[in-house]
Amino acid sequence: MANSSAPGRRDFLRRSIALVPASAALGAAGAAGVAGTADAAAAQAANPPAAAPYTPAYFNADEWAFVKAAVGRLIPSDAEGPGAIEAGVPEFIDRQMDTAWGNGGLWYMQGPFAPDASPLFGYQNPMPPRELYRASIAALDAACRQQRGGKTFAQLDAAAQDEVLHALDQRKLQLDGVPAKDFFDMLLQNAKEGYFSDPIHGGNKNAAAWAMIGFPGARADYLDWVNRPGERYPLPPVSIAGPQG
Amino acid sequence: MASQKKPSVDVVLVGFGWTGAIMATELTDAGLNVLALERGEPRDTNPDFAFPRNTDELSYGIRGKLFQPLAKETVTVRHTPAEAALPYRQHGSFLLGTGVGGAGVHWNGHHWRALPADLTIRSTYEQRYGRKFIPEGMTIQDWGVTYDDLEPHYESFEKLCGISGRAGNVGGQIRPGGNPFEGARRSEYPLPPLGSPNSALLFAKAAAELGLHPFPQAAANASRPYTNPHGAQLGPCNFCGFCERYGCYNYSKASPQTTLLPVLRRRANFELRTRSQVLRVNLAADGKHATGVTYIDAQGNEVEQPADLVVLCAYQMHNVRLLLLSKIGQPYDPATGRGVVGRNYAYQLNGGASLFFDKDQPMNPFVGSGASGHVLDDFDGDNFDHGPHGFVGGASINCINTGGRPIQQMAVPPGTPAWGAQWKKAVKDTYLFHTGVGSQGSVMSYRDNYLDLDPTYKDAWGQPLLRMTFDWKPNDIAMTQFIGGKIEQISKAMKPKQMSLGFMKPGAHYDVRPYQSTHNTGGAVMGRDRETSVVNPFTQVWDVPNVFVTGACLFPQNFGYNPTGTVAALAYWAATHIRERYLKNPGALA
Repeated sequence: MANSSAPGRRDFLRRSIALVPASAALGAAGAAGVAGTADAAAAQAANPPAAAPYTPAYFNADEWAFVKAAVGRLIPSDAEGPGAIEAGVPEFIDRQMDTAWGNGGLWYMQGPFAPDASPLFGYQNPMPPRELYRASIAALDAACRQQRGGKTFAQLDAAAQDEVLHALDQRKLQLDGVPAKDFFDMLLQNAKEGYFSDPIHGGNKNAAAWAMIGFPGARADYLDWVNRPGERYPLPPVSIAGPQG
Repeated sequence: MASQKKPSVDVVLVGFGWTGAIMATELTDAGLNVLALERGEPRDTNPDFAFPRNTDELSYGIRGKLFQPLAKETVTVRHTPAEAALPYRQHGSFLLGTGVGGAGVHWNGHHWRALPADLTIRSTYEQRYGRKFIPEGMTIQDWGVTYDDLEPHYESFEKLCGISGRAGNVGGQIRPGGNPFEGARRSEYPLPPLGSPNSALLFAKAAAELGLHPFPQAAANASRPYTNPHGAQLGPCNFCGFCERYGCYNYSKASPQTTLLPVLRRRANFELRTRSQVLRVNLAADGKHATGVTYIDAQGNEVEQPADLVVLCAYQMHNVRLLLLSKIGQPYDPATGRGVVGRNYAYQLNGGASLFFDKDQPMNPFVGSGASGHVLDDFDGDNFDHGPHGFVGGASINCINTGGRPIQQMAVPPGTPAWGAQWKKAVKDTYLFHTGVGSQGSVMSYRDNYLDLDPTYKDAWGQPLLRMTFDWKPNDIAMTQFIGGKIEQISKAMKPKQMSLGFMKPGAHYDVRPYQSTHNTGGAVMGRDRETSVVNPFTQVWDVPNVFVTGACLFPQNFGYNPTGTVAALAYWAATHIRERYLKNPGALA
């Protein structure tokens, strides 16, 4: 894992620098009123501030180690573009735990609950997301320690971590007291949310995941881009907060 | 029991989405004092849908900032009458609206008129294919209104919204480039069609080469600056790609906010009270006359609101639930087939193809508008001979690009893993080069697909939730399989590098998780026979003549279209009968 992340990180920074001048020059068109000045954006890109390490507000040290390890396998770092770690996905997930969504406040949470119901009826477990994370990580680490020589998930090598994640995904690994597949599905969904949502939520750092796929983000103004078959839209992404890498 | 009683009004509207806004405009115009009670928040373009915050996919598209908070109120779902239903705990299959404008804020803006044959479906099929063609247990029925009845009211809504499209049939003359199957219109659309995303151009070309009849989707997203008959102004849609699930920051998408609220705000005889949760319609002792409604206000007080006329303008499910909670009309019993309230709940059955193109064909998927693209109607309604196929209904087929929002709208080629390095490479390689061809298919009504009150689960005010009993039926699966064959043919003619198909197969059961359609219909259906309908053809409750009902709950079965055009036309139709007939002689309309 450590080896594969290094070129990804370099590649990511190289891309950010290459893209920023265009973004800064053109960003004002897409995000009028929120775009910083071209000079400021360019200066920031040339000397990106060393990001202070994020301190999780919800997850404890063991949970934090799990989240980082797991999302790092779901969206790995490689030469194609940023992985979940460089994209800030762990920070995104930690921040989500303290939202109304994380507390289950957006869901109907009155009982009786039928956690063993057919999946066709959706999530029927009484645990809101933050509790599902807490209980599932503890149960998964316990299962890993038991089955894999006393190591937690985060202590396994990448290949073993992938095996565990596949087992969860394919319902081959059951966990005590928690719906393992529900947890895996939520973790994967949250990882993709953190990867592709606007950087204001803590993930998708420098909009690098958007730059990788070619999504212009908050530009949201394409009247002159209809009826133009075969032409590729040229501008890099901007965030709600202004121009990004 | 109410702690407060307000002064009486002429009309109380329950809900302030599209039909509430239309009713409010029409009935204040007639000089009545109109009060609209909206359970949700006050919302307007600025600040609630303002750029750039409206482009926040996580908050709006995924977490559903504008949707009904299910924590307070939801529905329960089961597949058959023998099962215990479970709560719809998270938004998935359908996205319920709330607040000022309702789902009319976060709709796509697809505009359709029903086909003349849709509105007389049972008569049409019996005449063309024979009585036995309609399977046992299918409870479809004529609407009790005809296309000719509704035509002027469709036109009113089109002019209200500045619908952008190309007519296919004006005064019986078929016009090239429009929908040749549509009913005769008295006028062209107010605005020309929206521009076309790259994908839809390919689709239209391929479909035309196959001898089909593609045309631009009629859109409530203005293609040009527009001033509606009330003087409200819309700006041209800029294809921002944040349309359905979002409010429009650009004053382009027609909504109650952009087309009617500016007018209503100036009327002294209109009042809108938000955060007002109506618990029930109150009836006089004889049960034949409504005295008003009871609601919980923003401070949590129970308030009695007397009114001479009550119009239910909430979403399809909420209208049905209010009727049941208010004991208006006889609840439907699937065991006997008797009763009407909750009967004939229906949905839609959609499917589609995912197409992946080479790098010389960028689709720029983020260049999208809720209704920008092309559609065809060759296999919808009764536009083709059903005889050899043996099913009732059909689907409109579309290539509409609503946006390229990467959390929700990402597609990867068949065989791609859901995560890991290969997934990442696939999203990088295909994001710009993907499109979809979709279908919007009818679902018929059946004896055992219905709505009633749940015996177990309650809302935040202690009232029973609505219970939905619904599953797919063989007729509708046969329809979607037939449509799948047509979509496969069209998609291949678009010459993608790779494609995958997704159509419901025999034996499939309704799954509440993936988004499918917010085109839920029925439960308070209209008709000419009071044994099989809740309201008469003027949408007036048979048993309680001073209660009218609006919305897709009136549809006796579903069709292959977005319902809003017909929902709005029915609201104008009902308002016309209230103004011209009911007010002169309040009582049952005949």
